[in-house]
Amino acid sequence: MDAAKTLTLPADWRDFFALTKPRVMTLVIFTGLCGLLAAPGDIHPVLGFTAILCIAVGAGGAAALNQWWEADIDAGMKRTRERPLPAGRMDRESARDFGFALAGASVMVMGLANGWLAATILAVSIFYYAWIYTVWLKPRTPQNIVIGGGAGAFPPLIGWVAVTGHVTLMPVLLFLIIFFWTPPHFWALALFVQTDYAKVGIPMMPVVAGEKSTRRQILAYAVFLLPLTLVPWFIGGTGLVYGLSALVLGLVFVALSVRVGLRTSVPDDGMKPEKRLFGYSVLYLFVLFAMLVADRIATVQGWQA
Amino acid sequence: MNPNDDHLSPAESEAYRARQRARSKVLGLILGALAVLFFAITIAKMSVHASGQM
Repeated sequence: MDAAKTLTLPADWRDFFALTKPRVMTLVIFTGLCGLLAAPGDIHPVLGFTAILCIAVGAGGAAALNQWWEADIDAGMKRTRERPLPAGRMDRESARDFGFALAGASVMVMGLANGWLAATILAVSIFYYAWIYTVWLKPRTPQNIVIGGGAGAFPPLIGWVAVTGHVTLMPVLLFLIIFFWTPPHFWALALFVQTDYAKVGIPMMPVVAGEKSTRRQILAYAVFLLPLTLVPWFIGGTGLVYGLSALVLGLVFVALSVRVGLRTSVPDDGMKPEKRLFGYSVLYLFVLFAMLVADRIATVQGWQA
Repeated sequence: MNPNDDHLSPAESEAYRARQRARSKVLGLILGALAVLFFAITIAKMSVHASGQM
């Protein structure tokens, strides 16, 4: 055999970085930071930075474990087949060890710097994503995204608890907002990449329940999300800055979901409303959480009651 | 696979070592950053305790 063809280089450090899903991590860092900044109370800047770092590293570890487990599935989908494992740039054991190391280190450092309640919630969130979602739910039920959405909903809760040291209604509401935002966000994506999921046997909602049912469910979640995002305002946890922003952002979300929810796609129609909803859903969450922080600043500065 | 294997060409051996060097550098930077972080956490915890916030 030609030696040149069998030369296996050690995995590049950039591939380890790619294993942490940096793009997903930006949303995790952002929502975690917003939870931390919106929480009532003070945190030393170094400890605040450490909390966000641990949330990010923990999410990266969970993402690495997810790719270790799903390497075969990723190889069968166009969107994921260039990831380090399916593309053959890294061996599976390296990904597994890297994932466990990041997960373990992030929980330990979080515990020492920010307290063991925040660290425990971080550990639960990693376990939730890497085991309950990836291993257990995703291959078994079309509700995988609904229940699995909990994994992405933890960061603001952890950020909040890192400051206050205890769980109250407000951080739980932030958790619920991301929880109920995830299905319409992800199903919009699943609608325009559904052939890939069908090919690898993942029971995504459009594959199992059909497109029509998925569209109706996207609309139902979007309609439910609107009043849910207003609850922090109604209970006095936030002020007018957040409340009005949530109302406007939510109405646009519902309007875009109505277009997706009530239409029937035809082959080669470009799936534009679905792509627009998916793009907007990311923007929606960024702006909603930014407004949560802006609201807190406005209250602290005395600009609003 | 070992970079000292006889059947590797000098170019392949060099590519292998370059990859190893890059990984070592990144790992060194991470470990250095961790040392700085732990020092900063320690100082921060001490100042928080001293000011009676915890």
